[in-house]
Amino acid sequence: MNPQADPRFVVSPSPHVHSGVTVRRIMLDVVIAMLPALAVALWFFGWNALRLVSACVVGCVAVEWLCRRGMRRDIGVTDLSAVVTGMLLAFNLPPTLPTWMAVVGCAVAVGLGKQVFGGIGYNPFNPALVGRVALTISFPVAMTRWTPWRVPSPLSIEAVTTATPLGAVKTALSSGEPMPYAFDGRTLLDFFLGNQNGCLGEVSAAALLLGAAYLLARGWISWHIPVTYVGTVALLAAAVRATDPAHSIPVAAHLVTGGLMLGALYMATDMVTSPMTKRGHLVFGAGCGVLTFVIRQWGGYPEGVSFSILLMNACTPLINRYTRPRVFGHGGRSPARKTTA
Amino acid sequence: MVPRLFHARPRGVHPDDRKALSAAMPVETLPLPSILRVSMAQHLGAPATPVVKKGEAVRRGQRIGAASGFISAHVHAPTSGTVKAVQDAPTLSGPPAPAVDIEPDGEDAWTDLQPCPAWRNTPAAALVERIAEAGVVGMGGAGFPTHVKLQPPPEKHIDTLIINGAECEPYLTADYRLMLEDPQRIWTGACIIAHVLGVERVRIAIEDNKPDAIAAMAGVVREFKGDAAVVSLETLYPQGAEKQQIRALLGREVPSGGLPMDVGALVENVATACAVHDAVLTGQPLIERIVTVTGTPVQRPKNVRARIGTCFNDLAGFCGGLKGAAKLIAGGPMMGLAQPSLDGAVTKTASGVLALASEECTAFESLPCIGCGRCIAACPAGLVPAELSLYLEAEDYEAAAACHVMDCIECGCCAYVCPARRPMVQHMRRGKAWAAARSRSR
Repeated sequence: MNPQADPRFVVSPSPHVHSGVTVRRIMLDVVIAMLPALAVALWFFGWNALRLVSACVVGCVAVEWLCRRGMRRDIGVTDLSAVVTGMLLAFNLPPTLPTWMAVVGCAVAVGLGKQVFGGIGYNPFNPALVGRVALTISFPVAMTRWTPWRVPSPLSIEAVTTATPLGAVKTALSSGEPMPYAFDGRTLLDFFLGNQNGCLGEVSAAALLLGAAYLLARGWISWHIPVTYVGTVALLAAAVRATDPAHSIPVAAHLVTGGLMLGALYMATDMVTSPMTKRGHLVFGAGCGVLTFVIRQWGGYPEGVSFSILLMNACTPLINRYTRPRVFGHGGRSPARKTTA
Repeated sequence: MVPRLFHARPRGVHPDDRKALSAAMPVETLPLPSILRVSMAQHLGAPATPVVKKGEAVRRGQRIGAASGFISAHVHAPTSGTVKAVQDAPTLSGPPAPAVDIEPDGEDAWTDLQPCPAWRNTPAAALVERIAEAGVVGMGGAGFPTHVKLQPPPEKHIDTLIINGAECEPYLTADYRLMLEDPQRIWTGACIIAHVLGVERVRIAIEDNKPDAIAAMAGVVREFKGDAAVVSLETLYPQGAEKQQIRALLGREVPSGGLPMDVGALVENVATACAVHDAVLTGQPLIERIVTVTGTPVQRPKNVRARIGTCFNDLAGFCGGLKGAAKLIAGGPMMGLAQPSLDGAVTKTASGVLALASEECTAFESLPCIGCGRCIAACPAGLVPAELSLYLEAEDYEAAAACHVMDCIECGCCAYVCPARRPMVQHMRRGKAWAAARSRSR
């Protein structure tokens, strides 16, 4: 160093200015974007929504803090990513789930899904989905126990069901019974607004779209993953509907039921676990769409959003490698094959 | 090279340009300071060799440093006076290089100059000789000796001359003021360069946030009979970077590791064109330039015509001093060099002296990459800075080299947009230094 360095001046590498974007701000915006869906959950599920969302947010932040403490790492919980994970996990839980199971989910999500890999940025899988799938496998009964729900029915009188729309369809198809819903405009509108049985945060496509519009406007998500994801599901659903109407549901029904909107807008778009380029997003979204539809239509589970996104998370490094941009001054395509690492 | 049918939208960023601080200030000439420290390393390539000794009297414009190699440039006395010292001094980028300290005698007496008003009838080689003699180098930042650029190998055919007035760095207004106040000198300089190269087509590139500069340049270009035009570029950092500008203007892409002449283009900064004008028409060597002294801590931001070798301290004093400066930068905020003190001196490439207050400086804490991909969308070189920075953090230089770290132009767009505030440019420099050392040792 220069011995006459002026103590007033900081010397550091360029650039000396910054756009001002921070990880915390992005996470805060994701939390803000989830507020409409949270409001819908509180409206329909009341105390259970409050109980599970609080438990998951507190649980995830606590697990994150304990892990960082235990590993003697300084990066704390101030980046708000654990809050996002907590809310997303709660959004993926049925309203009747016991609180202690939700806390187990938090431990798996943040502990096994994120911190064992080194914390924020290093996790290959969406932590909230890791937590949810672990709960689905460990507590299959509790994870599919739904509250009684008044629904519009084909018998044109109000009926009470304890199944989700997709679950009821699956049961009807496998047992050869008639479809439980007419899927007319009124029913679909009800579903779209959130009047259906399901996990806390997934019921209202309307609220989820509202929040996603905010994320789009802020620039934290792009249209590529949600549109290709939902679009692929819609295309496949249309094709199957056209060829086998007896054993399928309308395209619109696919779009407003289950976890598709929650997954496509909030979880497939997770920055850490999705590809980094727009082209990569297209591949990723299409892959999620194919897997989701295959599981819904032919799989053993009524819903396949969680598994699809986790499977595509596993493909993310590969997609990143093959969707690198063309380097300036180099002809031809992306330089994927030349790398050694 | 096959022309590309599809041009991806150029990538870059839109930082707050902050040019309003100094844009309206007409160029003021700084009175002669009490001491001038003239570095011998003001250009790309080998530093010049001092040819004066302590105690020697020098005249304004007299050569005090001789070019030492093919890629090098002469250095001249900015005023008349006495050589007080010839010693190593830190350069603006850090490592020391020889410098000549001159105490002005106040006479400011020129050495003998040889004007060449009849340049149109002068052979190109003689004009190149004059430009070399005047120590003209690229004044936009890189400092590549101009006379070297003007002697392309015979197999390279240059068809377009681009005069770069983009000035895409935030805060800086030196080129802008020059275009407003001296468009004719720039244009004559451009004509001399075009004449030397035998180029028919001249383009003056200016970003569209400077409409009055576009108008001023268009005013002087109008009388030209050949194919010349002022082109308004979308305001996008780093569109002033040579290769990015050639692509934006001509749709040609300079191959990796290549030079603009490989695609038939030559880019010269507006101030360089002006220096060429002076070198040829008046015979004056490059001994002064316009420096933007700006930033919120600067009490009266100005565009200052200062002699090469003027201490930043004198510039700051001329502009009312600094209040609450936490960072001092030679150049602009995106690519400029942070200075440890006000002891640095103006060089041929120093287009600005920028002071930042502490709340304007970027924080040092950095988080792991969250894979948002914003750096990829911003990188004008088409790299994946996120991935490169991970490799370089792990000191996996082989992988970084395979991912084309050498194509990084260090513009800083990636670090500018990074929400995790990763020190990307620092990583890239380490990678590039490693790759350069490896190719030297082969």
